[in-house]
Amino acid sequence: MSTLTTTPAEHVTHDHHPGGLVRWLTTTNHKDIGTMYMTFALIMFFVGGLMILAVRAELFQPGLQLMKPEFFNQLIGIHALVMIFAALMPAATGFANWMIPLMIGAPDMALPRLNNWGFWLLPPAAILLTLPFTLALFGVGDGALATGWTFYAPLSVQGGMGVDFAILAVHILGISSIMGSINIIVTIFNMRAPGMTMMKLPLFAWGWLITAFLLIATLPVLAGAVTMLLTDRHFGTHFFDAGGGGDPILFQHLFWFFGHPEVYILLLPVWGLIPHVLSTFSRKPTYGYKAQVYSFIAIGLLSVIVWAHHFFTAGMPVPALIYFMFSTMAISLPLAVLFFCWIATMWKGAMSFETPMLFAVGFIVLFGIAGLTGLILADVAADAQYHHSYFVVAHFHYALFAGGIMGVMTGVYYWLPKWTGHMYSEPLGKLHFWLTVVSFNLTFIPQFFLGLAGMPRRIPDYALQFAEFNAISTVGAFILGISQLLFAWNVWLCVRGGRKVAARVWEGAEGLEWELPSPPPHHSWEVQPQVR
Amino acid sequence: MASRVFQKHIDNTASAAPTASRLLRRLFTTIALLPGIAGAEYKFNFPEPVTPIARETLHIHNEFMLIITTLFVVVFAIMIYSMIRHRKSIGHQPAKFTGPTGKLQWFWALVPFAILLFIDFILMGIPAVQAIITMEDTKTRADMVLKVTGMQWKWQYEYPEAGIKFISTLSTPREQIANAESKGENYLLEVDNPVVLPVGKKVRVLLTSTDVIHTWWVPQFGVKRDAVPGFLRETWVQIDKPGIYRGQCAELCGKDHGFMPVVVHAVPEPEYLAWLEAKKAEAKAAAGGADRTWSSDELIAKGKEVYEKQCVACHQPNGQGMPPAFPALAGSPIVKGPLLAKDGKILKDSHVDRVMNGKAGTAMQAFRNTLSDVELAAVITYERNSFGNRQGDMIQPAQIKALR
Repeated sequence: MSTLTTTPAEHVTHDHHPGGLVRWLTTTNHKDIGTMYMTFALIMFFVGGLMILAVRAELFQPGLQLMKPEFFNQLIGIHALVMIFAALMPAATGFANWMIPLMIGAPDMALPRLNNWGFWLLPPAAILLTLPFTLALFGVGDGALATGWTFYAPLSVQGGMGVDFAILAVHILGISSIMGSINIIVTIFNMRAPGMTMMKLPLFAWGWLITAFLLIATLPVLAGAVTMLLTDRHFGTHFFDAGGGGDPILFQHLFWFFGHPEVYILLLPVWGLIPHVLSTFSRKPTYGYKAQVYSFIAIGLLSVIVWAHHFFTAGMPVPALIYFMFSTMAISLPLAVLFFCWIATMWKGAMSFETPMLFAVGFIVLFGIAGLTGLILADVAADAQYHHSYFVVAHFHYALFAGGIMGVMTGVYYWLPKWTGHMYSEPLGKLHFWLTVVSFNLTFIPQFFLGLAGMPRRIPDYALQFAEFNAISTVGAFILGISQLLFAWNVWLCVRGGRKVAARVWEGAEGLEWELPSPPPHHSWEVQPQVR
Repeated sequence: MASRVFQKHIDNTASAAPTASRLLRRLFTTIALLPGIAGAEYKFNFPEPVTPIARETLHIHNEFMLIITTLFVVVFAIMIYSMIRHRKSIGHQPAKFTGPTGKLQWFWALVPFAILLFIDFILMGIPAVQAIITMEDTKTRADMVLKVTGMQWKWQYEYPEAGIKFISTLSTPREQIANAESKGENYLLEVDNPVVLPVGKKVRVLLTSTDVIHTWWVPQFGVKRDAVPGFLRETWVQIDKPGIYRGQCAELCGKDHGFMPVVVHAVPEPEYLAWLEAKKAEAKAAAGGADRTWSSDELIAKGKEVYEKQCVACHQPNGQGMPPAFPALAGSPIVKGPLLAKDGKILKDSHVDRVMNGKAGTAMQAFRNTLSDVELAAVITYERNSFGNRQGDMIQPAQIKALR
């Protein structure tokens, strides 16, 4: 796809920038900002993880052992918001910052100052989200958002000041994401190296491009919905109050108009990076490039017309039920194209299974479970039984942990040597992979059965018939949580030192990013490469 | 003699295989007691269905599981085959293709999608549409109506034709939840007043809520429907088999979301009719109480009973509440305020107003429609004379009746 005519080595020298903290506060360099995004995501991943381990500990046995139900409700909602908005999304933006300029031959992102601001909005938002926990310790307010991450009215109208904190946090996170998206779109449209047409754009950039458009299309709707909630709470409006002519279900429509595309917002960057990894470790070009691009676009379009399958039990007219069922099922077609292309890329390659490849294969299999259970969840009749139950909890963790987080880890192991110039520890990486896969399934397979047996989600205590599976799930969750320390440890070791790697870290790697030395100089592609 | 020999023989075996059998037995009991191996209750599928919809749902679910398991196995068998055969370490040389070439390859590339289209829109789609239509047909030949009202954190059941209604709350003792007592068989799935329905009758279930969204769910009925405040939603059940069926609220509805079970007794029709008569008589007796004058002690005793069912979850047994969300009643300015206005009307934001009409935007609900005159008078009187509050006054059921 890419052939180079200039040597990158000539502009290694002039990376003069302030040192220490000021460097990170003021940096407009896409690599620095990418690193900050990734670090922030890793920290918040552990914060969100600790919250859910507390929840799993409470659910280890029937009865209330560790916490009050109010606190339990706060943990589950903030866990979700932290994992989605403060771990997965920043990780994806971190990848975009680091890799898109390298991959398309651009010297930096198009809007570097906006980029800096976009990142520095995140820490205040994360603090807003979690501050009410601390305030409650000092007797101020009654803790964080306790409605689950979905903010459903009227429960959120009734809630304490944690709801207001979360609303403002979501606003700030939304502004940050929209700025990031604008930056990525502008960069991809304007800063590609000469000769890199849209149909030569790396799939990772394509995945992000669709994500960016989805964010710009749907985040304002979420912002509108939570603003309406805010005015219902404090300024006497009745958007979601039937007593004043409003409708609580309106909130669900608005929320999921954002919420469903959000799933693809989280997954498209991962779907973009997986083909690079598969192609590298199969030593064979990507299969069905165009088909994958068109599938990304199709999934992006379909994602905004299927939202109501998140609340089939709320009561809807029959034609609406049938429409949302079939439109949801239709997503399985472009998704199947992706699965087909992934496996066809591996087919007849010369595969080797380094850690990134292991994670990519693990991703495909486990995300397959998410896709298939998603297909049956779309069925309205069966959904009546699955909905609001642990079956759904298991389903979306296969999508967002196996699909999202494991996808991100694939990317980290794949690109970390490029970023640091050092090879990570392969044995440690493999151990991390196997522990993650085994304990992940140990955690979530029992939850499918819990859901089928009739255990509702978001309950702090349960009937005795659910005890065994919950105990197993908790054991799995703790192993899963602790295994992730291996990941952080491996990344840390790799940043600090290790075997030096060449520019083309992996034998089969193709693309502009592998033409630059590892680590790439602070300023790269000052002279644009030519792509033929 | 013979018996003694026999006895000895037994003793011998017992001591000869002293430990083997005992050890084995002990091992088996240990294994059986280990949570998760034997003896434990493992459920891998829906509970036994008892309505036409639940049977249909289970059938659809089983069929889907078969389909998706097949898809999963086939697709990943191909992938794993490739992972074994096309490895670098066994010297496989990579091919160069980037897409289907030639008609045959296009054919094989398109076959999976044809299969998927067929599965989505025909194999799964057509039965699904039929199931939706059956599920949503609440009105055709419905024999009776049950109105279900969700409220934080209990259910109210109303039989409009018979004119009776009652509240159903969790009856699991708090000590069991706090692990101070051993847990009963139906821990968290038991209520004081179960809803009773006749078997074989199509029951149209109307749902609404007084505060936030709740979801009425009994897994064995195969229906789950939200109770939305200010709107009516509906579903239906037709129970085939007498029995006790248990479920829970399925939509996060605040603090005690996990503690508002649904318990349905399905009984043969004659038994149902007898129960209905008894309930009617009970309601009549309760309403009759409103016309006589109650003594302060009677009201306080009755009020304590009501308080422990309706109020205790938020305001706590000692009346201290859980501020700031759930204010204390002990020493509360509202409880210590005047009972009624000088003209005998309700004083705005007074104790009586709060209990009867609730407070908008909070978990404090309006009890005027859920409690009887006697219950309202009793609980108000009780609150004014408990937890250290010594108002010394009382309100009569007849006064409440007049205020409605």
